[in-house]
Amino acid sequence: MAARKLIVDGKEVEAEENLTLLQACEQAGAEIPRFCYHERLSVAGNCRMCLVEWVGAPKPQASCALQVKDIFPNKDGTPAKINTTSPYARKAREGVMEFLLINHPLDCPICDQGGECDLQDQAMGYGRAAFHRFNENKRAVEDKYMGPLVATIMTRCIQCTRCVRFATEVAGVPDLGATGRGEDMEITTYLEKAFASELSGNVVDLCPVGALTSKPYAFNARPWELRKTESVDVMDAQGCNIRVDTRGPQVMRVLPRLNEEINEEWISDKTRHACDGLSRQRLDRPYIRVGGKLKPASWAEAFAAIAAKVKDTVPDRMAAIVGDLAAAEEIKALKDLMGALRVSNIDCRQDGAKIAANSSGQKIPRQTYLFNSTIAGVEAADAILLVGANPRWDAPVLNARIRKAWLASGVKIANIGPAVDLTYPAEQLGTDIAVLEQIASGSHDFAKILGDAKRPMIVLGAGALTRKDGAVILKLAAKIAGDTGMIGPAGPHAEGGWNGFNILHTAASRVAALDLGFLPGANGRDVAGIVDGAQKGEIDFIYLLGADELDVAHLGRAFIVYQGSHGDAGAHHADVVLPGAAYTEKDGLYANFEGRVQRARRATFPPGEAKEDWAILRALSEVLGVKLPYDDRATLIAALEKDVTHFATLNDSPVHSDTAATTWGGIGESGALEHAPVTAAITDFYLTNPVARASETMALCSREFVSGSTKMAAE
Amino acid sequence: MSLRRLAPPDIQPASFAFNGENAEWAKAAIAKYPQGRQASAVISLLWRGQEQDGWVSHPMVESIARMLNMPFIRVLEVATFYTMFNLQPVGTYLVQVCTTTPCWLRGSDAVMDACKKHIHPHPHTVSVDGKFSWMEVECLGACVNAPMLQIGSDFYEDIDGPITEQMIADLRAGKALRPGPQNARKSSEPEGGATSLTDAALYDGSIIGKYKVVAPVPPQPANTDADAKKPTKAASDRESPKQKPPGAAT
Repeated sequence: MAARKLIVDGKEVEAEENLTLLQACEQAGAEIPRFCYHERLSVAGNCRMCLVEWVGAPKPQASCALQVKDIFPNKDGTPAKINTTSPYARKAREGVMEFLLINHPLDCPICDQGGECDLQDQAMGYGRAAFHRFNENKRAVEDKYMGPLVATIMTRCIQCTRCVRFATEVAGVPDLGATGRGEDMEITTYLEKAFASELSGNVVDLCPVGALTSKPYAFNARPWELRKTESVDVMDAQGCNIRVDTRGPQVMRVLPRLNEEINEEWISDKTRHACDGLSRQRLDRPYIRVGGKLKPASWAEAFAAIAAKVKDTVPDRMAAIVGDLAAAEEIKALKDLMGALRVSNIDCRQDGAKIAANSSGQKIPRQTYLFNSTIAGVEAADAILLVGANPRWDAPVLNARIRKAWLASGVKIANIGPAVDLTYPAEQLGTDIAVLEQIASGSHDFAKILGDAKRPMIVLGAGALTRKDGAVILKLAAKIAGDTGMIGPAGPHAEGGWNGFNILHTAASRVAALDLGFLPGANGRDVAGIVDGAQKGEIDFIYLLGADELDVAHLGRAFIVYQGSHGDAGAHHADVVLPGAAYTEKDGLYANFEGRVQRARRATFPPGEAKEDWAILRALSEVLGVKLPYDDRATLIAALEKDVTHFATLNDSPVHSDTAATTWGGIGESGALEHAPVTAAITDFYLTNPVARASETMALCSREFVSGSTKMAAE
Repeated sequence: MSLRRLAPPDIQPASFAFNGENAEWAKAAIAKYPQGRQASAVISLLWRGQEQDGWVSHPMVESIARMLNMPFIRVLEVATFYTMFNLQPVGTYLVQVCTTTPCWLRGSDAVMDACKKHIHPHPHTVSVDGKFSWMEVECLGACVNAPMLQIGSDFYEDIDGPITEQMIADLRAGKALRPGPQNARKSSEPEGGATSLTDAALYDGSIIGKYKVVAPVPPQPANTDADAKKPTKAASDRESPKQKPPGAAT
């Protein structure tokens, strides 16, 4: 792209022609105020706050809507002069600010945006101090209902239309719009229905004023009272980067952090609003079941009860299951503990996904259970086949990325599974998994599309992999991947590498647990085997590390130890409950579905007597007589990195390597497919884990969007 | 301008459908636009819908959105943006009173008072007999005959309070009105006939020399609505100058 010379504030700079003047000025170091302009949304040019002076032009120029290629040099051939701080530009912006403030209420003291408000900040710079000439009444606008998450005080709206553009472009749910015109323009949802997107909370971040604010957080805290901790989300397996804002012991809110490679700057409503679940239903002390009822106990009593049971049980009759929110540290500690006790009945695939192990139970290479294309790589794909995956619910932010790819390149997408509105057009291939066989054999139309594509992708979701024939599906998928050239050269896609074989996990702990090999050992039972064994009385002792998504009520008469943060299904049926820390209360490593390892940081302390999970396991190991060889987290991490070397590098984007036929030929099993229709793995997006189930906000959302009249993804 | 919202749910019809002729027309209107740009037909369809039903209802918005494969909110945005779309039911005769400055100076207040008295005290409200409703509108472009109002698609000019009252009474009684100036004026000529260029010598050639005298045109009735709607010769129909061959002398 050609560059063009400009003189910005007296400094000569070269700017790419495809940039807007605003971007060029920012590159030159100037700061341009703005309300409607946003990097990830289309340019609207309606707030006029970004006015700059183009010397010689008859009027101030809206820099967000003026492209560098339209700025011609002066008559004498010298570069065009742009002034962003001249009295002329300043006066223009002051005029705009005066207009904006005519109708904006002066209710900052009672406004939730106060302290982090673009209008407030910019009024400090461009407001006309001690000067006003508007004596008429201010405009007043009725508040609108936008659902259980977005509170509206529409009188504060300055009609920047960022929310409308977000809903239409990024979320792909065109529910928001601006009705009327001029002074009577109002932002509203169609007939005030709830804004039915899983990404709806992001409009609160986008709103430059206090018109759209967070309903659950309303009047709770001021931004300057909050302690901000940069962390990682565990509500899905994407590992979205978040900032946890706490006041004292309470998590007040969760906001997104910028990470271009993972979540850009969006997070899902579950990530954002499930945080009120962190202070409800918490396990804050150990419990022991006495006479059928859980009675509070001390740590020593709880450990003694476990030790007594373990002593009486042979390793073959013991089992351990890792739940969806566990960090790598406790998985490692539990694995070492079970190893020391010679227990081989261990598994982390709570949903029973047939991945990561071959038919003889051996662990197979990492890339067979990762999202190898990477999240940013989705944008490079030119054909996508979804199998039993509903990215809109499995990983909403990934879904926004797929939509972005579709908007940019019109990527062809097909879906095997329930027909849902994914926010982009997908060819619905039905719920019969036999279609996959047709694609594998090349007789289906979409096989040709995949074959012709340069960078085709297949995404296997839990809906396919948790089926009885999950391993067969996996094998077919690997065959399709091999036949259509999905597994290309190693390296990032920008450098010509490509691997289009993707598993879409929904559990944050899953990849780390698989990396650590938390899988059944020799002759060990998997989750289904453990549940079955417990029912038949062949398993007497089960250790649940935050595992709530199984049928805990039907574990027979087995002695259940539940270690976790919330009083959910697992704790209700446990014989001993050990209170652990939630994801905001401990430092922990999580590997997302790409295999990228990220560190979550402690924002608050666990409640009551609850402890960090790895420390609980370390303490228990001593009582059981198999003391684990680490006394602090650093030693544990060192041991962890020794086991799995890639845990030593954080935030590293995984590289697509290994095109060996042995890797891809060895996964899954041959066999016949079942005829049962492919179903969705997640039946309620808002209630997928113990934290979300404890959250009042998520319950409201579930009622509004899922169990209520508004069926959004199943529309 | 005022806040424009859909009418309350209790007066919304249960459904909307274009009648046979309009459905055909709508199909053709949509087909005018290239594939993927069908949404361009939204204003035409809303307008036709309004011509059919008199006003834009909630089912109409949704039905047109479905026809054009648009989100409902996008059609609602258009319907609320343009004041030409009536979002409330209207009477058989919709009286649109111009109240922009020239009409107002010439007495549009009296016209409005007549409407308030004989139709309904409030605009956008159907009269008790269901025959009338009235509204204020911005300039309709007939300032030379101010004040004026529009009923249906006809202009009624040079009116005042009593004339308006009489017009409403006539319509109520089922009498047809004559569009155009309601006083003795002929189109926009001065009241009482021409006041300048009246010297006959101007036209007999005695001043400008030899000139072909045209036989005087017999007085004609004012244009009827139907006449006004007849297509005139389009500018593009004019005889175009012959293209000169390249290189020819100019």
